[in-house]
Amino acid sequence: MEQVHAQQTDSLDALDVSHPSIYRDDRWRPLFSRLRAEDPVHYCPTSRTGPYWAITRYEDIIRVDTDPISFSSSYTRGGVTLDDRTSSQSFMQMDAPVHTAKRKKVTPIVAPNNLAQMESLIRERAARVLDGLPRNEEFNWVDKVSIELTSMMLATLFDFPVEERRQLVHWSDVITADLEDPKSPIRTEEERRNVLADFYRSMVEIWKRRQEEPPRFDIISILAHDPEMQKASLQEVTSVLGLFLVGGNDTTRNSMSGGVWGFSQFPDEWAKLRADPKLLENAVAEIIRFQTPVIYERRTATRDVEVGGKKIAEGDRVAMWYISGNRDEDVFQDAERLRVDRPNARQHIAFGMGPHRCIGSRLAEMQLRVLWEEVLARDLKIEVLAPPTYAFSNLVRSPVELPVRIKG
Amino acid sequence: MRIVFKLPDQSQVDVDASEGQSLMRAAVDNGIPGILGDCGGQCACATCHIYIDQDWIGKIGPANLDSTENMMLEGAPVDIRSNSRLGCQIILNADCDGLIVQVPEGQ
Repeated sequence: MEQVHAQQTDSLDALDVSHPSIYRDDRWRPLFSRLRAEDPVHYCPTSRTGPYWAITRYEDIIRVDTDPISFSSSYTRGGVTLDDRTSSQSFMQMDAPVHTAKRKKVTPIVAPNNLAQMESLIRERAARVLDGLPRNEEFNWVDKVSIELTSMMLATLFDFPVEERRQLVHWSDVITADLEDPKSPIRTEEERRNVLADFYRSMVEIWKRRQEEPPRFDIISILAHDPEMQKASLQEVTSVLGLFLVGGNDTTRNSMSGGVWGFSQFPDEWAKLRADPKLLENAVAEIIRFQTPVIYERRTATRDVEVGGKKIAEGDRVAMWYISGNRDEDVFQDAERLRVDRPNARQHIAFGMGPHRCIGSRLAEMQLRVLWEEVLARDLKIEVLAPPTYAFSNLVRSPVELPVRIKG
Repeated sequence: MRIVFKLPDQSQVDVDASEGQSLMRAAVDNGIPGILGDCGGQCACATCHIYIDQDWIGKIGPANLDSTENMMLEGAPVDIRSNSRLGCQIILNADCDGLIVQVPEGQ
């Protein structure tokens, strides 16, 4: 038995880092350190979604992410996930010049001017949530803080009734659900389609109301007043709204949980931050690197191209493992450690790099900064009672349970 | 050498920069607000977008149409102009002494 196990781990050829159980069980670290050292551009011949290349070093990931001519995001080639989900047809799954034009339309929602206006609302909510937390008893930080705060943010971005915010979370969870996950909220693709049809109907209803009203800064209003989007396919409209739903939900949520777990593992870093709150801006970037909420993104080679000495053929699937790039010791020394004063924390690739880089990065940073400012202001003593459990997903590194207790 | 950063609030900051440094590095090292340089100067994030002063654009030159820089600028959150550049792609030399640049509003 021992021997069989050894043989399996020795064979690099068959190593597949795309299986969701790797992330659920939090056992990705040794797999990627081995790939980065021994086979940084790794061909995986078989996986549950077919063959693919794994790009694991920081430098190679940036090389791929900044070369959209050779590496396409287009849904017509299979989009940005390994499962060839061609039904996702937002600008994220398009190439220039269409991608550039459509992306530009929605950036005002998360542009710094708009963010400044949102900050007081975000702070007020963070304060209310923190003040309402139980004291001296165990609770799940993910549910009571991370989901609560990010879902309220979603409601604001969509100008959706805030009391119905968990409906948005449900839709987001259904979009990202892995059908093999025993805890998945859906069992079949048909179920997924049905739930997303509900989502679409609800959105269309709001969309029609927004069209009658003067333009505002919520995502639905911006799209409803855009002449191009009025001509867009049902598939595209659902995909764009779905992109904001997932982008605004299952990312910052994870960093809100990951930060608590990080500080619990490295209490001296928390002490450092408490002693010098000016480090917070940098600490936020470091928390995002440390968590890396989006595990990978996929591209498709548009021509034969060489990366790290390997010949990638036209049509090949290429996965950029951000989670691995953010642990690359050539760039981040002592990468497994959360370091609030890490000098190059901002150079993490959790937001991606290149033309598809996350448009919500500033909003994400602000939400995290405000949360930690309010935790510091209250000098909360958050005690983590057990390591987090993670979702069964190769796409989002999503803590599901993080049991904590706050000393009161 | 001296580089002048004009900020959106009409104020200006003069910084001391050295030859061989990028304009982005000069801004980040001196804490110029609105210039982040998240990718560390690899032309991959567009968080160092600046407008070159009209009197200087002739000397510095515009971004090449087919360049990665231009592709990144097109995706930048703030509108690009004919004098838009990414700070990380401008390496300062002796001729840049006195260079005036504008930090875009809302970046």
